[in-house]
Amino acid sequence: MKHSLGFFLRESLRAMRRNAAPSFAALATVTVTLIVVGVFIPIVQATTGAANSAAGKVMVDVYMKRGATHAADLRVMGELRALPHVQRVVFEPKAQALAQQRKQDPLAYELLSGSNPLPDTFHVYPTTPSTVLAVRAEISDVGGQGQMLDPAIASVSNHTQDTKRLLTVTRFVTITAALLAALLIAASVLLIGNTIRLSLYARRREVEVMKLVGATDWFIRWPFVIEGVIVGAGAAVLAVVTLAAAKVVVLDPLASNWGLISAPRTIGIVPLMLVLLVAGVGVSAVGSGLSLRRFLRV
Amino acid sequence: MIDFRAVTKKYGTGAFGLDEATFSVDRGDFVFMIGSTGSGKSTVMRLLIKELEPTEGQIVVAGRDLSTIKRRQVPFYRRNIGVVFQDFKLLPNRTVYDNVAYALQVTGHSRKEIRAKVPDILRLTGLSTKLHNYPDQLSGGEQQRVSIARAFVNHPPLLLADEPTGNLDPETSIDIMRLLYRINRTGTTVLVATHDHAMVDKMRRRVLELSRGRVVRDEATGLYARDESTREFAQRLRSPSEAPQVL
Repeated sequence: MKHSLGFFLRESLRAMRRNAAPSFAALATVTVTLIVVGVFIPIVQATTGAANSAAGKVMVDVYMKRGATHAADLRVMGELRALPHVQRVVFEPKAQALAQQRKQDPLAYELLSGSNPLPDTFHVYPTTPSTVLAVRAEISDVGGQGQMLDPAIASVSNHTQDTKRLLTVTRFVTITAALLAALLIAASVLLIGNTIRLSLYARRREVEVMKLVGATDWFIRWPFVIEGVIVGAGAAVLAVVTLAAAKVVVLDPLASNWGLISAPRTIGIVPLMLVLLVAGVGVSAVGSGLSLRRFLRV
Repeated sequence: MIDFRAVTKKYGTGAFGLDEATFSVDRGDFVFMIGSTGSGKSTVMRLLIKELEPTEGQIVVAGRDLSTIKRRQVPFYRRNIGVVFQDFKLLPNRTVYDNVAYALQVTGHSRKEIRAKVPDILRLTGLSTKLHNYPDQLSGGEQQRVSIARAFVNHPPLLLADEPTGNLDPETSIDIMRLLYRINRTGTTVLVATHDHAMVDKMRRRVLELSRGRVVRDEATGLYARDESTREFAQRLRSPSEAPQVL
């Protein structure tokens, strides 16, 4: 490159000094947008995380016949594992089930006086929650003729009603969160792009003169792009500082007092800062470069 | 230097900017282009800097057909042409010095070269004391001299001036014309668009008159005194009008 980075840096700093108001407007817009995005990312993650963990509890219960032998249990276990869409099979022997139930309701099980009415049970977890009905069909309705997968299986339950409702709700939550995120990102890009456009519009005459003197497009563009990088980085730093302060002052006490916001698997503050920094710098720099295009056509 | 061959420019509105205009300007000439508003003077200028493309016809500048210059090459082509406008078109955020220096920075001159060249050209244009002023701190005549300094600092072979005295009083106009004449004497071809007939008659240079996009007059008015000094030139401009003699 014939011109050094230092030259373009000086040019952009000069421009920002002499156009303080539009530069500040751009800085403020990007800062506010980044703060909103920074708040929204963990919220979306917490919501979809909660929905997914609920969906993770979807499974098919397979009850063995009362008199099933240990050999039959082993055989059924193998058969269940061999089915498509099955991720995991957990065996619960009747003794364990009894102990579990007794703990929940000691009085009722006192009456049984030692006998165990519970069957051996398999909990079959599908690969994804939406395949649960297929898995159920594979076990209790082999070939579509109402046949059990194995003669030793007494019955199959997947709490069909609950499962269907749960799946509907989680899908709705996930789609809504994704839609909101998409809208927010679109709004941010448009808002930032528009602010940059305005500040460039104020300087279109300058660009026109530069072109008349014989400046190449990139000679004109570099200072604007660098300006975008500076504004974006400044805004990201402001936003991150604000968010970090908010986290320490507002969120941390809430989380420790009530365990309310102990959301599963949300983004850490450090990766969040990085994301905001990259987004701020990227959108501003690309925005300036692209918005300039229409003024360069002289 | 400049060759217009049956150039037609139609604007989107259907108006004619130029209508089969044909003329040529030799290297080292000083040519006036006159005509009322809308006659096509500015269209000629804008075609020459390739801000516009002709609808029909061919424009050749310094032996080069402008239609063969690609968009990417336009900036490099423009560096061979100095342009001066009625509204000066200075960069408001830069000092006089930086405005002139910008034309050199664009072409990749080193800071050392810039420091050597800019004061020289500003001395030539009489702006040595205004180096660090911003354009809005200068009078119209001074601003126009900055814009001429910027146009000439690269010593382009061709200088275009679109109504350079349009915003200036008569005395300042004479100074500007004198400056353009001085530049012309260094061998630069100068093309000046103006509607100041009195000035043109006194200048006694070649005159192209445009009307509704057509060349309606092309002649040398008055004594074509090429070797006149700039002092004599200015004296003659200040003297009361005399009947122009056509050679």
